[in-house]
Amino acid sequence: MAYKRNIDRLPIIPAGATEHNVTCHYCIVGCGYKAYTWPLKTQGKVDSNWIGEDLSKQQAAETEAWYAPSMYNVVKQNGQDVHLVIKPDVACEVNSGLGSVRGARMAENRRSDITGTQAQRLTEPMVWRYGTWQPTSWDDALDLVARVTARVIDKGNENDLYVSMFDHGGSAGGYENTWGTGKLYFGAMKVKHCRIHNRPAYNSEVHSTRDMGVDELNYSYSDYQVADTIMLVGTNPMECQTNLFLNHMVKGMQNGAKVIVVDPRRTVTVDSCEQVAGAENVLHLAIASGSDLALFNTLFTYIADQGWVDADFIANSTFQGDVAVPEDAAHPAALGSFEAARVACKMSLADGAATTGLTEAQIIQAAEWIAKPKEDGSRTKTVTGYEKGIIWGNDNYRVIGALVNIGLATGNIGREGGGVCRLGGHQEGYFRPSDAHVGRPAPYIDQLIIAGGGKVHHIWANDHYKTTLNAAEFKRVYNRRTNMVKEAMDARAGATREELVDAIVGEINAGGIFSVNVDIIHSQIGQAAHVILPAVESGEMNLTSMNGERRLRLVEKYMDAPGSAQPDCIIAARLANHLERVLREEGRAEYADQFKGFDWKTEEDAFMDGYNSGNPEVTYDRLRAAGNNGVQEPVKGYENGALVGTKRLYEDGVFTRHGRDDGKALFCMGSWRGLQAPGKSQQQANHRFLINNGRANLNWQNWFLDQKNDFVMDRLPVPFIQIHPDDMAELGLKPGDMVEVFNDVGATQALAYPEPTARKNETFMVFGAPNGAQGNVINAGTNELILPNYKQTWANIRKISDATPAAARVSYKSWEVEL
Amino acid sequence: MKCNRLVDVGRRQFLRGGVLGAAGAAAATVLPARQAQAQSLAMLDYPSTKLGNVADLKVNEPMDIGYPDADSPGILLKLGSAVEGGAGPDGDIVAYSVLCPHKGFYMSYHAADKTLNCPGHFSRFDCEKGGQQVWGHATQNLPQFALRVDEKGDIYAEGADELIYGRLSNVLQG
Repeated sequence: MAYKRNIDRLPIIPAGATEHNVTCHYCIVGCGYKAYTWPLKTQGKVDSNWIGEDLSKQQAAETEAWYAPSMYNVVKQNGQDVHLVIKPDVACEVNSGLGSVRGARMAENRRSDITGTQAQRLTEPMVWRYGTWQPTSWDDALDLVARVTARVIDKGNENDLYVSMFDHGGSAGGYENTWGTGKLYFGAMKVKHCRIHNRPAYNSEVHSTRDMGVDELNYSYSDYQVADTIMLVGTNPMECQTNLFLNHMVKGMQNGAKVIVVDPRRTVTVDSCEQVAGAENVLHLAIASGSDLALFNTLFTYIADQGWVDADFIANSTFQGDVAVPEDAAHPAALGSFEAARVACKMSLADGAATTGLTEAQIIQAAEWIAKPKEDGSRTKTVTGYEKGIIWGNDNYRVIGALVNIGLATGNIGREGGGVCRLGGHQEGYFRPSDAHVGRPAPYIDQLIIAGGGKVHHIWANDHYKTTLNAAEFKRVYNRRTNMVKEAMDARAGATREELVDAIVGEINAGGIFSVNVDIIHSQIGQAAHVILPAVESGEMNLTSMNGERRLRLVEKYMDAPGSAQPDCIIAARLANHLERVLREEGRAEYADQFKGFDWKTEEDAFMDGYNSGNPEVTYDRLRAAGNNGVQEPVKGYENGALVGTKRLYEDGVFTRHGRDDGKALFCMGSWRGLQAPGKSQQQANHRFLINNGRANLNWQNWFLDQKNDFVMDRLPVPFIQIHPDDMAELGLKPGDMVEVFNDVGATQALAYPEPTARKNETFMVFGAPNGAQGNVINAGTNELILPNYKQTWANIRKISDATPAAARVSYKSWEVEL
Repeated sequence: MKCNRLVDVGRRQFLRGGVLGAAGAAAATVLPARQAQAQSLAMLDYPSTKLGNVADLKVNEPMDIGYPDADSPGILLKLGSAVEGGAGPDGDIVAYSVLCPHKGFYMSYHAADKTLNCPGHFSRFDCEKGGQQVWGHATQNLPQFALRVDEKGDIYAEGADELIYGRLSNVLQG
């Protein structure tokens, strides 16, 4: 039987309940929600309530006057238990009242002493003591971190301190927290050995579009509603940016837009587009995995040869000449003019078809939909969204550049109904001092740690164990190196702080690594930690972020932090305070002075010290007033009581992201060169199955809260791998059987889910699961700038068990709707 | 456009007007028959409502019902093979709300794979797995109605295991 809550009524929100602005803390779309709180022993009535509706009657579809049990909880607010409802905001332009299967569970995924939800949340600092983790005070935990860290850093040499730190918005990210960690590691220090939450280095995931002058988030979501053609590349927005799809792309299709989906697999998005637009208006280009660059270069060549380009735009807004930036170690392809790119990227229809596995007719059809001018000669408005299918795919730099080439050539950037944009994962919320000292290519942190690099490791909401590549080897080495330190600490039980620090330092000099983990839960890499520091999420603090159309909003704090957990920015500030103190005690006054300027008491202090210093018009009060519609960045001013934003970038035809004074966009001159990353071709040759991988609708990407959400884990008790039924029969598999996926770099497990639309020998496995890390079978190969290639992975599959008891009970039917 | 999408338009009139389909109109609402079968104390008191008789059901052909009252549309369905939670002599009779718990659209039954499908945003639910959401946007599985079949083969609904879309109390109050 499926999981049921057996909740058959909910408290009614009373008139006068406190209302808070909330942007969903999961994906980049950032749907608007309202959080309502009110005292525990009160509630509204059917004829007297927050919305003024008669709740004694059945409400109609799409009503504002209903909320699901997942939208309800009891939480602490200023120390008191209160009712909490977090429901979608009908007045928010982003989602118009729609809630996704992730965001509409926000309330249920809050920690509650009363209902028992999310008991996994960390509440107190913990240190490794007496052979396990023991709770302790913040000062004690931070003192140990500061003393050990101070032993391995010095003025001008912080290379033995490794830092893994999120750079995203939403959730526990946001401008306050990226500034907190940024000011500590890039201001007070100049830490070079660092990485970001989802990749093994500190780098852009879209270098080429930026080098070409085009920021990756350049449109407004409303552009999807007025486009003639929507092109979706390596992205599955029905599942991963759900309400961008339902509230904007669907409206575009209803307004007549055609859709091109470039993806090796038939995703739910393809099916949904066919449902809305009709199959005749949807072109699914099921290319051979990793051949995107060949497709884009062929399209670019064909479109240019037909003259379906915007000559005025090219003349006025793009670089004229030959090569502007040569290919070198920091640029995996040269950048230059339109004509130079035509030469460099030239690919015939025949070659493009042979490489991608498409027909020439399909490529021509796509080119016509993208670029063929209308009968009156006006431009076809084509908006392009792309995501991890190419970002975490073959030849990142060149493939993204080739896609932006098409947008530039057809004048579809900075124009209504246009844009070439990332669809995104988290929201964004990046404000930090310069990272130029990190260098480009940036250091490959995971491989350096495997090779013995690093003595102290500060981790801010990263879980390498679940979400990195080459994860099996990383875990083996990291467990060994951190266990060395744990054993040294255990051997000195009862020692003074000074003796303990000496013991730790002795062990890290012998090859160990001291691991400090800041997170909201005890993560998998957190099992290796020596100090664990509890952080909070948005809603437990005030937090600002921007969404995929650069829409900046403030999530208002609506509940207390779990236990003594703190915002990351405040943790960073207190760590800076302790480092300053310890360094001063050690007589290192000049170095200690670098750690001044962290006297923040609140997250608003961090916001004003950081984001506001670069954007003086933007304050918490003004963002509160802007509500869930917020303001689209960059903010240009404050007029008539409202912040003035920017709907769309580059409407003036001046391109700036590369920092060039001439304001001209550059084209990317990257020719097709097969599977670029080391080891991929050999892996393909030696293994039967493509192990494509990515996100799924039901769970948030890293599963952090969902791993303790009954509704999610009931449906997906083990991560799934979708396999064609014929392949399953050959492997002797029944639906739900546990398989091992194994190759030259590692192994992982999944349950077999039959997928009749899958191509034979091509599977898809959900990423980042706690009980089957897909990254175990991703090899260490990256592009020249250390961008991982997750998607092009091959492995063999064998049955290791019948379905687990939980997996045996779930549905294995098709995900495609039947109407 | 396939015909089942039009079902949505017609059936939403049901919500506006409270007009019940033929089978539902015949359903008789009576007071709870046996307090010994009451739900846990935290749960509402549900009416015991006769939905039909085993003899009326044809395999894999859903019958429209209303439960706990006429404004809450559902289906009564004989699946043809026993399922966990199934009622009746063959253990294969189930009943569900047909309002999608995401946004309340009226769902249609797809007999080929025994699922309920939402025309609004394409969620779907497995009638053989307790209404588990196969794929979709709802944050709960489909409310399933607890069934009792008496010695005459009459089928009564006597409870629900999830909150029904569009009502903050499954048994309307006030």
